[in-house]
Amino acid sequence: MANEAQIAVLAPIDAAHATTDRDFYAESSGIKNWLVTLDHKRIGLMYLTSVMLAFIAAGIFALLIRIELLSVGQTIMDADTYNQVFTLHGAIMVFLFIIPSVPAALGNFLLPIVLGAKDVAFPRLNLMSFYIYVIGAIMALASMIIGSVDTGWTFYTPYSSSSDVGSQNAVIWMTGAVFVLGFSSILTGVNFIATIHKMRAPGQHWKRLPLFVWATYATSVIQVLATPVLAITLLLLIMERGFGLGIFDPRLGGDPVLFQHFFWFYSHPAVYIMILPGMGIVSEIIATFSRRPIFGYMFVAMSSVALALLGFLVWGHHMFTSGQSEYSTMVFSALTFLVAIPSGVKVLNWVATLYQGQIVLTTPMLYALAFIVLFSIGGLTGLTLGTLSVDIHLHDTYYVVAHFHYVMVGGTVFAFFGGLHYWWPKMTGKLYDERMAKVAFWIFFVGFNVTFLSQFVMGSRGMPRRYYDYLPQFEELHRFSSVGAFIIGIGILLMIVVFVRSAIGGPKSPPNPWGSAGFEWQTTSPPPLENFPRTPIMTRGPYDYHLATEAELYSGFPEDFQKSEPSKSEPSKSEPSKSEPSKS
Amino acid sequence: MSTASTDAPASPDSALADKAHDDHAHGDHSHGPKFLAHHFDTPVHQFDTAKLGMWLFLAQELLFFGGLFVAYGIYRNWYPDDFSWSSHQLDRFMGGANTIVLLFSSLTAALAVRSAQLGTRKNTSILLLITIACAFGFLVIKYFEYVHKFEAGLLPGNLFHPHVDHLAASTAGLPIPRHGGSFFGIYFMMTGVHGVHVIIGIGVIFWIWLRNHRGEFTTEYWTPVDLVALYWHLVDLVWIYLFPLLYLID
Repeated sequence: MANEAQIAVLAPIDAAHATTDRDFYAESSGIKNWLVTLDHKRIGLMYLTSVMLAFIAAGIFALLIRIELLSVGQTIMDADTYNQVFTLHGAIMVFLFIIPSVPAALGNFLLPIVLGAKDVAFPRLNLMSFYIYVIGAIMALASMIIGSVDTGWTFYTPYSSSSDVGSQNAVIWMTGAVFVLGFSSILTGVNFIATIHKMRAPGQHWKRLPLFVWATYATSVIQVLATPVLAITLLLLIMERGFGLGIFDPRLGGDPVLFQHFFWFYSHPAVYIMILPGMGIVSEIIATFSRRPIFGYMFVAMSSVALALLGFLVWGHHMFTSGQSEYSTMVFSALTFLVAIPSGVKVLNWVATLYQGQIVLTTPMLYALAFIVLFSIGGLTGLTLGTLSVDIHLHDTYYVVAHFHYVMVGGTVFAFFGGLHYWWPKMTGKLYDERMAKVAFWIFFVGFNVTFLSQFVMGSRGMPRRYYDYLPQFEELHRFSSVGAFIIGIGILLMIVVFVRSAIGGPKSPPNPWGSAGFEWQTTSPPPLENFPRTPIMTRGPYDYHLATEAELYSGFPEDFQKSEPSKSEPSKSEPSKSEPSKS
Repeated sequence: MSTASTDAPASPDSALADKAHDDHAHGDHSHGPKFLAHHFDTPVHQFDTAKLGMWLFLAQELLFFGGLFVAYGIYRNWYPDDFSWSSHQLDRFMGGANTIVLLFSSLTAALAVRSAQLGTRKNTSILLLITIACAFGFLVIKYFEYVHKFEAGLLPGNLFHPHVDHLAASTAGLPIPRHGGSFFGIYFMMTGVHGVHVIIGIGVIFWIWLRNHRGEFTTEYWTPVDLVALYWHLVDLVWIYLFPLLYLID
């Protein structure tokens, strides 16, 4: 019997629930029950599938880019096609993969669970958000079939607004697709803010929320406030293109740079939508695999909020060479330096957490540690670009390309994959092959650095971005970078193989394979339909290893829950526990 | 455990329906009234959450329109004379009438919420219908305004070719501005996007009227009426800003 004196994380419950509650997969089956589900876990998984498909599609476009750039002059495509390929790579990656990825796929699955709630605040809105995403994806596909968008993912005017250039309809379909996708993002943000405010279980105080929740909250605020500005910008662009509105056309008294201001007013906060959830994941992984609370919890939580707010003030650093006034460039540069501080706070706190922690180098931990290194490089090179005198030379070169790939891939994608590995047992109830996953990680890590470190060098030597052709002196570096891209492809392919093998016939996972004190691990893997057998009452924080019972850390339930005597042996973290309750 | 959703036609998630018949259903689990969704503890919890969600949605609507207001501000700053001339071409009387119509419709919407709270179904129905009628009235007046603009050649961008005999008397004798097209681009965007929101509002208020007609709202549950009225108030508020900026400022 559990120590009655100990206040359990979960309210006491009869053993019948633990053994007869089915996991959410078993509650209903068949494709219809997936397509009309209101269960946030199923919606999260549908999102996960969709964003991974988008990732692969955009990744193939990336490989096409790198093949073309293997040698000077034409390699496999002409210049117009090249413009379309890099536009599609960017647009699909940004709008169909990276912005929804962590919030919609992992956030949807986890948020109610870590809050102790049964579902998000608005389950039907959640499903609607998913279908809006699907419609947007179909529209983007249509734009590829109808014609060619070759403007770059930033759709700069006057090129994008001139009806005599490129394929008029394709641009309208693609910007229309992004408009629609924006609403998916906004509604997810609305849902999450309401969920975090109103659906927390008893005892889940703001000051004890997991840092993933703080990050998700800040992200959602940005999603709600910034995305509508993109929506109206794209609507204006569509009107300009379709009806000659005249707002961005200098011949009609308009200003093409105004588009850039409007566009970046959203798109800069958007990059914080991309990175903040990744940072939240890293906090969770580092805490679990150092077996300690995150150092400076409040600082990390508040830094997420600070990033969300400050991120709205720096959009002009994308436009230093656009002709805006000197004074505004100076202000934007100063604010850009300011916005780097909260990120620095996080990196410092993560490293401090590692110090004297009981480090376990599992695959998720490797991804999280890689994040710290790669994001630091990306962030610091952002400061280089934020320095006015330097940016004059580096703007629109490969230095910029390398910078944002370090933060978006080295940052968000590494965090996303780390989160996928970390929460895979929770979502699927299966374990994956650690060894193969680690091999995939290293291949990806090496390939990534080969691809993009060389691009810093290229850029600083003057290689412009988005160029189809280049001077012979850059050929060696381009070759090197392209080889790296294929190494990335192999690493990611291997990772997918690891997951598929696990899904098909992987070993069963205990509720808490990692021995984490987090709340998502205090229920079965996979969870039951309503996430917990009964509403949990939180009496400690998610990182309070000193307060968690042994049973909570090693099998996920207080002793009550187990059918038989609790197992005396402590199972190793990567092997299935023998003492977990049976599941259907 | 009753888990019927608040929407009559939508079928509950079949898994949740199964759970209702589960043999280990907990003792006190009627879970509350029909309108209470399964993931909320109490009706107040559900209402508070729904209200928060609606306000968040309105916040993003504000930012959506905000972009247009910024564009207006910038172009007005650049071409003050052109904007002044163009503004005089708008019919202040019609714009003013539309303002009254929308303000009145906001009143009837608010009264509809009150009526729903009191459970007076018939009054709620009448008030919602008046709100819809006002919305249609707004669109009719807008239609006449737009027709006039088309006839007068007061159109955005390239299409700005004013016909001298259709112009306002107050600007007679003044030269036709070069950048009138900018004003009318902004004018049609702002009133157009606003008009789309009015049309959506008509649809949504009618849906609420239908639900009220079916008797879905009681003194204990009138949340959808409240939320839709909030949306309608925002639509009205946006017009309250649009009207002086486009029609009145000289």
